[in-house]
Amino acid sequence: MKSCAAPAERPRDAARPADRGGRPLFALVGSPNSGKTTLFNALTGHRARTGNYPGVTVERREGPARTPGGEVELLDLPGSYSLHALAEDERVAVAALQGEYGRRPDAVLVVADSTTLERSLALLAEVLALGHRACLVLTMVDELKARGGELDLARLQAELRVPVVPVVGHRGLGIDDLRQRLAEWKSWTRPELLPPDTPEARFAWADAILARCRRRRPGPHPWTRRLDALLLHPVAGPLVFLVFVAAFFQAIFSWAGPVMDLFAGALEGAADWTLATFPDSLLTRLLADGILRGVGAVVVFLPQIALLFTVILFLEACGYMARAAFVVDRLFGWIGLEGRCFVALLSSYACAVPGILATRTIPSPRDRLATLLVAPFATCSARLPVYALLIAAFIPDERVFGPFTWQGLTLLGLYLAGGLTAVLFAALFKRGLLRGATLPFYLELPPYRMPRLRVIALQVWDRLWMFLRRAGTIILGASVLLWALLTFPGIERSPGQSEAEHRREVLEHSYAARLGKAVEPVFEPLGFDWRINVGLIASQAAREVMVSTLAQVYAWEGDEEDLQGLGEILRAPDPRTGRPRLAFPSALALLAWFAYSLQCVSTLAVLRRETRSWKWPAFAFAYMFATGWLAAWVVHTLAS
Amino acid sequence: MRLSRNNHPAGGAPGSEGHLADLARAGPGAAGVVRDIEGNGATAERLRALGFVPGTEVRYLRRAPLGEPLVFELRGFRLCLRRPEARRIRIRRLSPAEA
Repeated sequence: MKSCAAPAERPRDAARPADRGGRPLFALVGSPNSGKTTLFNALTGHRARTGNYPGVTVERREGPARTPGGEVELLDLPGSYSLHALAEDERVAVAALQGEYGRRPDAVLVVADSTTLERSLALLAEVLALGHRACLVLTMVDELKARGGELDLARLQAELRVPVVPVVGHRGLGIDDLRQRLAEWKSWTRPELLPPDTPEARFAWADAILARCRRRRPGPHPWTRRLDALLLHPVAGPLVFLVFVAAFFQAIFSWAGPVMDLFAGALEGAADWTLATFPDSLLTRLLADGILRGVGAVVVFLPQIALLFTVILFLEACGYMARAAFVVDRLFGWIGLEGRCFVALLSSYACAVPGILATRTIPSPRDRLATLLVAPFATCSARLPVYALLIAAFIPDERVFGPFTWQGLTLLGLYLAGGLTAVLFAALFKRGLLRGATLPFYLELPPYRMPRLRVIALQVWDRLWMFLRRAGTIILGASVLLWALLTFPGIERSPGQSEAEHRREVLEHSYAARLGKAVEPVFEPLGFDWRINVGLIASQAAREVMVSTLAQVYAWEGDEEDLQGLGEILRAPDPRTGRPRLAFPSALALLAWFAYSLQCVSTLAVLRRETRSWKWPAFAFAYMFATGWLAAWVVHTLAS
Repeated sequence: MRLSRNNHPAGGAPGSEGHLADLARAGPGAAGVVRDIEGNGATAERLRALGFVPGTEVRYLRRAPLGEPLVFELRGFRLCLRRPEARRIRIRRLSPAEA
């Protein structure tokens, strides 16, 4: 085992937990589904600070809680069944308990689902063995009674020699008792004899104690039996799963659309209004084209993220998510991942940003990293306008067989290529870069429970706020920077020049154009000239920006919605050179490039936010750039 | 120590109650008591920490549509394992009456 040396890397915002005025620090440990999050929220009143542990993609939450004896700090540790770590990444809980990330907790709350108690007592035994003062918090005591279970709590406290507090977290029952206990933490009793230290002996210890407390195990959960008979059924299960996937996809793809359009439209309107109202100056244009459109680039994600997390958190809380993972686990097992990765990959087909945020449902940090590194390959909705433009302009609308046309097949091929490449790279990463001790796979199927809407709403709000604060600022900054690149140094409009002509000229002299010319040697083998390169640079803000930038570069005066007109301009020969502006092989190369390259600062910002380092976004950008370039080059060479 | 299928001390024909089997091969509906975990190392350690310790009653509930993972019930909760892990858990099968 590693020594207790402080970790080398300690990012600023993952600061030491609770060096906050010497308040007592309590750690919360408990198995997944034990009600730990609900309890943490009830105690802190949703004043949690969230972040990651240094060096690993494991989330940490901490927050203050009021007690009759003053404020205390709570640290919510990752849910785990045991403190015995198999991999470096799993050491987070035990390292935090030993004070390796800052202060050693003064005491530990072991959160235990009273319907599966011996497992939690085994965890309590591990906490006590580390020399901690501990309190056992029993959750779901209402469910225990409802299912005919029994337990003598006074006896349990006497046997364990640690305080035992029953709570019903979502109704707030027992929370005041718990606050009182927290205030008295210095007088918590500790067992004279430490519990045994092998799993066998710990469970024997737990069984013996529970027998003395006249524990009667609760009966089977009535709903769980009936629902599982359907949802895990060999035929009905996958059918329900497919319906679920379709509905899920529909929700994030289409239902979020109108709200996103509303947001985008409102900001677009505000930008136009600003341009029309204030005298034309650099400041006005910065406000309208830089800042307001940049804000638009951020808020446009909010409806999708809100909807996605509402659905995910609801399905997790009610218990279906584990069943869905169970149904598809085998498929993901073939590529070295597991069933819980499907949510993230599926969501990425709408947009990689919420998809990457959804990787939080994956417990193994290595699987999580592999998933978020390949998620941007999924054909997100921002690629569609570019695909639509290029396919309409360059792919013949002829039937191949049956109802299939070349255009439709090209689009299908691009979708499949994205998904298959994601799978291929995930398998590669799991066998190479992210190889490590293979951890045994296990997945608990919790009883179905009715989720509390308030709890879900607050967690969704948490996610949105986190996205705005961490990723939103980067996206906004990058949008303003890209605007500046496309605008400066700027040129006066000469008399008689049309507005579109002027915009083209400004763009031609911009820093972005210089950059586009500077990178010409890189993209020349793909058949892209500097104008296309400017489009590639601009579309870094969001892929669909490619379309409006091409319209600007070619001084297209028509409506941006009129893709056909713009497509004709792309195909038509350039009057200066006599060659087509975009030749057929180059158009195919451009499609391949958009299918594969990581052409999106928002995705990079979210990768940075989720992995807590620039290393992974840089890596993702580099390998996807290489993949995109190679694919585009192969396509270009074959088509020439 | 590995017991061959033809030479188990608990007696009984393979597939019948009372004989030793691994959890992966027990089949849906079977019930048993954990005897031991084959081998040592990380996986065995984790299986024990999850509650698969000798003497624990386990029920094999069902398997996923594609053959994996398998669902077991033990100590009041339901857990999915893939075959390689489940194969290492050796049980003594219980008759329906015992279960």
